[in-house]
Amino acid sequence: MTTPIETDVVIIGAGPVGLFAVFELGLYDLKCHLIDILDRPGGQCAELYPEKPIYDIPAWPEISGQALTDRLMEQIAPFSPQFHFNRMVAGFRKLDNGRFEVETDEGELFHAHAVVIAAGGGSFQPKRPPVPGIEAYEGSSVFYSVRRMEEFRDKDLLIVGGGDSALDWTLNLQPVAKSVTLVHRRPDFRAAPDSVNKMFAMREEGKINFEVGQVTGLKGANGQLEAATIKGPDGEVEIACNRMLPFFGLTMKLGPIADWGLNLNENLITVDTEKFETSIPGVFAIGDINWYPGKLKLILSGFHEAALMTQAVKRIAHPDQKLVFQYTTSSTSLQKKLGVQ
Amino acid sequence: MTKITLVAFDGTRFDVDAENGSTVMENAVRNSVPGIEAECGGACACATCHVHVDEQWAETVGAPEPMEEDMLDFAFDVRPTSRLSCQIKVRDDLEGLVVHVPERQA
Ligand SMILES: Cc1cc2nc3c(=O)[nH]c(=O)nc-3n(C[C@H](O)[C@H](O)[C@H](O)COP(=O)(O)OP(=O)(O)OC[C@H]3O[C@@H](n4cnc5c(N)ncnc54)[C@H](O)[C@@H]3O)c2cc1C
Ligand code: FES
Repeated sequence: MTTPIETDVVIIGAGPVGLFAVFELGLYDLKCHLIDILDRPGGQCAELYPEKPIYDIPAWPEISGQALTDRLMEQIAPFSPQFHFNRMVAGFRKLDNGRFEVETDEGELFHAHAVVIAAGGGSFQPKRPPVPGIEAYEGSSVFYSVRRMEEFRDKDLLIVGGGDSALDWTLNLQPVAKSVTLVHRRPDFRAAPDSVNKMFAMREEGKINFEVGQVTGLKGANGQLEAATIKGPDGEVEIACNRMLPFFGLTMKLGPIADWGLNLNENLITVDTEKFETSIPGVFAIGDINWYPGKLKLILSGFHEAALMTQAVKRIAHPDQKLVFQYTTSSTSLQKKLGVQ
Repeated sequence: MTKITLVAFDGTRFDVDAENGSTVMENAVRNSVPGIEAECGGACACATCHVHVDEQWAETVGAPEPMEEDMLDFAFDVRPTSRLSCQIKVRDDLEGLVVHVPERQA
């Protein structure tokens, strides 16, 4: 059995809002563990637009998505937040002692006074390519990631895409699979030039096939793929295959949190505007993931929500302590926590 | 102002007076043209604002930049005249432009 990690607060999502929540909670001595499916902090800012400038962060006339993330990491460092990356939050339950248990897809358990959902647009998940009927093959013949290369031994494999994942798996699975066909809609690739050259060399040697085109249909029965139709510049071809790996980038989905029994409004979690608490007391939602009348999906709104949520979490975690409002400018006790005293 | 036309997948035509400098995507969203999702708000980061430029207009509109071409890999039913509408800026010589919204965004 896994020993649960005991903490004050579990934050789901290490986007800008989850990160800033660490700061606000930290000022009130609340320790945080953050869980994110990505392999690094920053959420949308780091994943979707690291180099694009943001112009509406107060006091930063211009700051890039990555720089904002870096600054937040610096700002929260004094509170030593614990990060758990590459994990999706899946399970959730209330414990008999009033605390909460959160479980990741890797089976780790966290126990906390409060759960803060800062899941933004949802967890980043592989995009399903718009091929009719593809759902029927998912998990049996169609996979969006490679967990074990053995799955593909002696299979006729179709890899779709033009980025690094598609090219890397073409190169790595070629020795294992019976045949590999790479399909991409154009002869140019986003992937690293080195892998592209290697791929073309393999094609020269007749080790793999490369087709320019888009997958328009799948053939098979009972989840077992038999062939794919590829529409290319010179018409349609059918390619026999029994495994397919589409790499179409990432999209954001609410994921397992949708099944926690929280009140939702079109996939967003409904909260009040005093505490940003969900329909389950002790569970809060801040940032892009929440909804209330007048909600704006802005980073600065999320920061505000983090500050107000903290007041409520403090009362839950330490009901006996009086809440004293203080400024970081003048409070020596806050400054001690920040390590500037 | 430049007149442009967005044709939804069901054939409904949206004739719009577009401001020069605005993007075709912005005009689609402002006029609630169905089928333009524009999840990333025009950052060329989502490919959910994909349109097929009318054949007659393809040349005037021009080809996508490499970054847009990369993003188009994530779109559905990409054709030689495919563009991301957030990357097409309205300008005088696009008077009368026609773009078609595909069946679905990815
Ligand atoms: C191109 C673009 C430009 C933008 N420009 C601006 C701007 O100029 N100004 C502005 O204020 N805002 C802007 N935004 C919006 C801004 O990025 C968002 O408001 C902000 O990122 C929301 O932060 P968040 O922390 O709530 O969520 P996110 O940044 O979405 O982070 C949420 C994190 O939670 C993780 N997660 C979700 N569910 C799970 C789960 N079950 N398990 C594990 N991890 C999970 C996700 O992987 C993600 O990393 C822009 C957005 C985009 C896409
Ligand atoms: S709106 Fe996202 S790419 Fe155009």
